[in-house]
Amino acid sequence: MIRTHTRWVSWLFICLICLCKVPVYAQTADVQTVQPSNENDAALYSLAAKLPSAKLNQMESLVTEISQVPHPKTREILSLVLNGDLYYIKSNRLLVAAIKVGKEYELTDVLHDSELASVKKSKIRKVSTNNRLRGLIRSAIAVLDLNSPNKDVRLQAVKQLLDNPSTMGLDAITLRLDKEEDPEVSELMNVVLSLNQLKTGEHQAKLVAVSDLESSLQPEVRNTMVNILRELPQSQRNAQEAELAAALNEVIKNIDAKRSRYGFIENVFFGLSLGSVLLLAAIGLAITFGVMGVINMAHGEMIMLGAYTTYVIQITFPSLIEYSLLMAIPAAFLVSGFVGVLIERGVIRFLKGRPLETLLATFGVSLILQQLVRTVFSPLNRQVQAPEWMTGSWVINPVFSLTYNRLYIIIFSLVVFFTLMLILKKSSLGLHVRAVSQNRDMARALSIKSDWVDAATFGLGSGIAGVAGVVLSQLTNVGPNLGQAYIIDSFLVVVFGGVGNLWGTLVAAMSLGTINKFLEPITGSVLANIIVLVGLVLFIQKRPKGLFPQKGRSAD
Amino acid sequence: MTILSNVFQEKFKALSNLHVVVSVLFLSTAYVTFCNLVFADGALLHVSDYTVSLLGKYLCYALLALAVDLVWGYCGVLSLGHGAFFTLGGYAMGMYLMRQIGDRGVYGNPDLPDFMVFLNWTEIPWFWAGSSSAIWMVVMVFLGPGLLAFIFGTLAFRSRVSGVYLSIMTQAMTYALMLAFFRNEMGFGGNNGLTDFKEIFSFSLQNPSTKLALFVATAIALAIGYAISHFIVSSKMGRVITATRDAESRVRFVGYKPEHYKVWIFVVSAMLAGLAGALYVPQVGIINPGEFSPLNSIEMVVWVAIGGRCTLYGAIIGAIVVSYAKTRFTAIMPEAWLFALGGLFVLVTLLLPKGIAGLLPNIFDKLSMFNSGPTTSKEEAPYHVGSKKELE
Repeated sequence: MIRTHTRWVSWLFICLICLCKVPVYAQTADVQTVQPSNENDAALYSLAAKLPSAKLNQMESLVTEISQVPHPKTREILSLVLNGDLYYIKSNRLLVAAIKVGKEYELTDVLHDSELASVKKSKIRKVSTNNRLRGLIRSAIAVLDLNSPNKDVRLQAVKQLLDNPSTMGLDAITLRLDKEEDPEVSELMNVVLSLNQLKTGEHQAKLVAVSDLESSLQPEVRNTMVNILRELPQSQRNAQEAELAAALNEVIKNIDAKRSRYGFIENVFFGLSLGSVLLLAAIGLAITFGVMGVINMAHGEMIMLGAYTTYVIQITFPSLIEYSLLMAIPAAFLVSGFVGVLIERGVIRFLKGRPLETLLATFGVSLILQQLVRTVFSPLNRQVQAPEWMTGSWVINPVFSLTYNRLYIIIFSLVVFFTLMLILKKSSLGLHVRAVSQNRDMARALSIKSDWVDAATFGLGSGIAGVAGVVLSQLTNVGPNLGQAYIIDSFLVVVFGGVGNLWGTLVAAMSLGTINKFLEPITGSVLANIIVLVGLVLFIQKRPKGLFPQKGRSAD
Repeated sequence: MTILSNVFQEKFKALSNLHVVVSVLFLSTAYVTFCNLVFADGALLHVSDYTVSLLGKYLCYALLALAVDLVWGYCGVLSLGHGAFFTLGGYAMGMYLMRQIGDRGVYGNPDLPDFMVFLNWTEIPWFWAGSSSAIWMVVMVFLGPGLLAFIFGTLAFRSRVSGVYLSIMTQAMTYALMLAFFRNEMGFGGNNGLTDFKEIFSFSLQNPSTKLALFVATAIALAIGYAISHFIVSSKMGRVITATRDAESRVRFVGYKPEHYKVWIFVVSAMLAGLAGALYVPQVGIINPGEFSPLNSIEMVVWVAIGGRCTLYGAIIGAIVVSYAKTRFTAIMPEAWLFALGGLFVLVTLLLPKGIAGLLPNIFDKLSMFNSGPTTSKEEAPYHVGSKKELE
């Protein structure tokens, strides 16, 4: 572990150096890019002119020839063919790129970049392709991309060639390898070459290739090795075959061990991310239920209101999608917190000390809120957009990557948790809340306004639920039933962790999330859910006060 | 005036009397049966077949509400999972009805129900063994819910899980069952549940007279269920159970084992709920995992809360009134039903802690207070004592 860790760091360092070098590199690359010349123009035009009339079996050689013409248009034409956007006009056989707009097609002359009038579908015909041809075109484009000044494009191109190897691609990589300065790209190039050696080389070359490929986690590498191993004669191997088989077995075993290690880390990550969602959903409840002792069945609807607040902010400020989440967090806190205070003042206040009645009344409130949302926003799910910085993932190696949205959610849930902890432990509101929850009469005698504290605490718990809603809007559909899905889970998390114990809630949420994710591959997600539920019910039978029961006189 | 109100009070007390409730039930059933059979279609007094099966459905709900009231009203155990017992009873009946279809299903397989053929199963799974026998079905209607209640109750009550914790656990139980029954591999028809029933005890379910018979059977079951509940709550055992609700520790110190009584009443209640489910399924013609949904179980609690917790007849009134309101509301303006239901929850808990059953005697209480001053005994609602205990 530590070794790979230091390797990442050194990689990171090298990458940083490369980043500094980019401008220089870009200049040299520019020089390399092909210059249009009359000769190339003529070659490309004559080849392109054959495209409309070419039969499918002639297309292969035609595409290969086109891809070898050094011309800026080459790549464009190839990718148009690949995507099925290249057409020709039936009357004059002019190659055009067509985009469907309404009922008509907008045409652009591919070779001369001039826009033409829109036409009906019947006037044009598509340049036909098939799957085999598409594979060929992909690797042809990849070969062209190998010389791109952009590192990511080159990396993508090499990956493409790794998945669809071709002689053309291998030659291009061999030529390019010496000039490649980016360590990531050149390593991947080496993998492609070694893999080719493994498939086609002499015995000694194969052995070298196997040992070179030891550290590569590309799925393609393992697949190829397994295939080669399978193709070796199973019995009566000669010395060379036995040697190769042993080497392959060894490397495959190593790769598998690494993959399962990363798989484990990935499971932990998914588990923590599910756990942090549970934590966010449950933490507001840990305050209203755990600290105040109020059963709020409308807690899920507070989450839902937070999610809808995000939606409303996004449609009110459509130009600020990037910042909408940041705006939604305080807004959702205020909206849900306000509704929470209303519920406390309007209903819960009158039911003090009657938990079962509180449960029923707040359930009634939750039904009303659900129907309200259904009436105002329609019963259909609403789409909340993800800002740019939440999408994508952090690719650490071919078998292990972390999605940014889950990463941010884990961090955010911890931030919320510790903020809340700080409020309860350090602020005067927290002091009052704890005082009232421990001994209401005594707190009142010490001139704490218990009514005000109740409302503020409930507002705080509900507001946090609203913030959870902002986060959940990034993970699930925003609909009227969003809250219902989380209410049982949230209660179980709070009870499992021990009522009145915020740390317990944290541990409970994270462990439940992780257990769920580890069960999922074995049993499927629904059964995992059921097993966790049943396990929890049994656990509560065994320890009714949860993982971390409150001790001392306030315990019962 | 005082005398008059006293008379009325006596009358209302008598309403909880076994004879009155059973006779009212008997008379209304006889009336509906008579009007359905004798008067022709379109006549003023005619009760349509549709109304008969609707009433049959309400009576199933009433029996279910009775079961909920038994544990909640008298034992103080707020179960948010009684829908699970109801649905299990329903599935036991549904399995029997499924086997009664025989080879008249879409695939015409004489041994396997349609959904099993659809899943490419070749033989009937072990837990369907015996489901073609009516006696086994009757046994399972009681055994399935009863066993679940016994296991759950023993575990929960022995470790003294009570109050809100128990409510949430029962809710988790029915939620888990819902998830489980939604799976096709579970072998109970998955998402679609069991449906397309043809006949029960060889009587066609499409036949109006079968529907009427089912309605009458439900009324009889309700009467028997009411009698059983009445005997339980007025017996010595019922006293212990009520005492457990109000002060469990004291009961324990006196020398009783409250958990035994709780488990017992929980099991009886679950069996009643199972019976209600079994009668419900042939009348609506389908049972699917949606019945397990926690919302259904909470709706049952609302029937009892609205009708009047801790009065057996109140539970029946509540179930019928709320279900009727639901039928009307969802027909006229479906949007408003959840508003109305939610509003009922809030208003009843805030303003009507004793429900409809508590409403009328209350008026007479006030009337007599108005006439003769505050001499009338003002009983503290029993569950306030219980809730104080939960507060500690």
